[in-house]
Amino acid sequence: MEAEKVVELKKVALKLRSNVLEMVGVGKAGHLGGSSSLAEITAVLYFHKMRLNPKDPKDPKRDRFLLSKGHAVLIQYAALAELGYFPREELKKVKTLEGLLQGHPDMKTPGIEAVTGSLGQGLSIANGMALALRLEKNPARVYVIMGDGELSEGQLWEAAMASANFKVDNLVGIVDYNKIQATGPIKEVFDTGDIPAKWKAFGWHVIEIDGHDIPQIAGALDEAETVKGKPTVIIAHTVKGKGFSFAENSAAYHNAALTEELFKQAQEELRKQGELL
Amino acid sequence: MMIKLETKSLREAYGQCLVELGKRNKNVVVLEADLGKSTRTVLFKEAFPDRFFEMGIAEQNMASTATGFALAGKIPFYNSFAVFASGRAFDQIRNSICIPKLKVRIGGSSCGLSDFGDGKTHQSVEDIAILRAIPNMTVLSPADAVETVMMMEEMLDVDGPVYIRINRNDLPIVTPENEPYGIGKIWELRKGNDVAVFATGYMVKKALDAAEELSREGIEVRVLNVSTIKPLDAKAVVSHAKGVKAIVTVEEHSVIGGLGSAITEALRKEAHPPIEFIGIQDKFGTSAKGYEELLEAYGLTSKAIADTVRSLVGS
Repeated sequence: MEAEKVVELKKVALKLRSNVLEMVGVGKAGHLGGSSSLAEITAVLYFHKMRLNPKDPKDPKRDRFLLSKGHAVLIQYAALAELGYFPREELKKVKTLEGLLQGHPDMKTPGIEAVTGSLGQGLSIANGMALALRLEKNPARVYVIMGDGELSEGQLWEAAMASANFKVDNLVGIVDYNKIQATGPIKEVFDTGDIPAKWKAFGWHVIEIDGHDIPQIAGALDEAETVKGKPTVIIAHTVKGKGFSFAENSAAYHNAALTEELFKQAQEELRKQGELL
Repeated sequence: MMIKLETKSLREAYGQCLVELGKRNKNVVVLEADLGKSTRTVLFKEAFPDRFFEMGIAEQNMASTATGFALAGKIPFYNSFAVFASGRAFDQIRNSICIPKLKVRIGGSSCGLSDFGDGKTHQSVEDIAILRAIPNMTVLSPADAVETVMMMEEMLDVDGPVYIRINRNDLPIVTPENEPYGIGKIWELRKGNDVAVFATGYMVKKALDAAEELSREGIEVRVLNVSTIKPLDAKAVVSHAKGVKAIVTVEEHSVIGGLGSAITEALRKEAHPPIEFIGIQDKFGTSAKGYEELLEAYGLTSKAIADTVRSLVGS
């Protein structure tokens, strides 16, 4: 990937974090941590990899982006707003009675592909979409992002077996491996063990990357396209709360609101990160 | 009739209709959880192997995979025994299917006590209650093979998700074949002005038998087949409740949350005669050698209906 493109996507990721921060606001809405760990992945998918048609969100040829970890929907809203799926003003009304943007993905929002948020269901839904696309000989691809804490949901492993059983290769799973779930570190709360080994054992092609490294993300997505006859999962090592020093590697900002002081600090940190680009 | 019906088996009729729907619409896909020989989805598998998906013994995944198919423009029918199709996948049905009102069809086979031998784990006594409680869901409960076919005929046209409850056994035909049909209506199968009996599934036949017996005693029972439990034709319920001395509901399901509850909800703003519920009395099922023997043990017989009617009219 050209250096210029990398910088451009880094700027996009920063903008997405900024949009997330705007939504989190002062004491308004949480889920900063698991949204910001996905900023680079979301930037590469929406602003580089996926075939999209924001003017026609239901265009059958579009690639699909599904957040199985639906609580991180703020990062998806951040991207959809930038791409014009809905007016930017909606970001200010997130999770309110007046607004369009629900606390978890809802299909009334243009660009949202499925109702997710009850964890463990996104990969199954993605399988159904991918199998339907295959029946139609539609070359569109399905990208589904799972949380690492979410991997304790049994249905997800039913789905992992199904993807391999049906040799679903028009789907890419991405695990946001930030190692922290809602109430603490995964190792302490509920140890899900050797995640890459599990996916391999379930018949998947596994790629491990730094989930904040834009060329690595783009490279993994390109590699996934070349894998035929089996599904691909990208285990993206990420930092929960990435970009906000007080939230990094902390379970505290999984779904906490920000004080005015922290909000200002977060704005300042993003501004400084922008200056370095 | 969309198929030439040569069976009294609801599940055989269901399976044959799936094939016919598959012929009519290339978007129909069928998902199964390793019970295809029993649910009769094997017929679809034989006819359309590319559109049949054996999902293994994993009902939650099956329900959400059906969701994905629907989101990509297909019309998925997912199948299992009623108890698993509804209960095992409740959260998937609620969140991913019913919230966005997707066109997913759920075949709940071997419903009620109809899988008599397998016992309580495989018998569904609360499927109507739990699925009826979910917004956007349609709940169907055909009385026989003829009605199963008539429902399947309209199945692709219903907006949003549909659950259809399919009995395991051959049942006597009670549905007139040549009358115009419509999902959502209440069917008056017998006229009578003394007592109104609202029944569903196999219990419609039991109610008709009770009505014949009571007629010989001078008690005239109106028998109503409530095969669309949701959305319920509340106007028809209110209208049939007027002028009778008593109302009885009969279902092969718990008395909590099922047909009896639905009928009573429809009447709650109206002055109405006393209502009695015949159903499974807040209990699980059990294994039995035969279906009729099991129904008798749970008080789901024409005699039980007749006795209830007699006590309500004071004879």
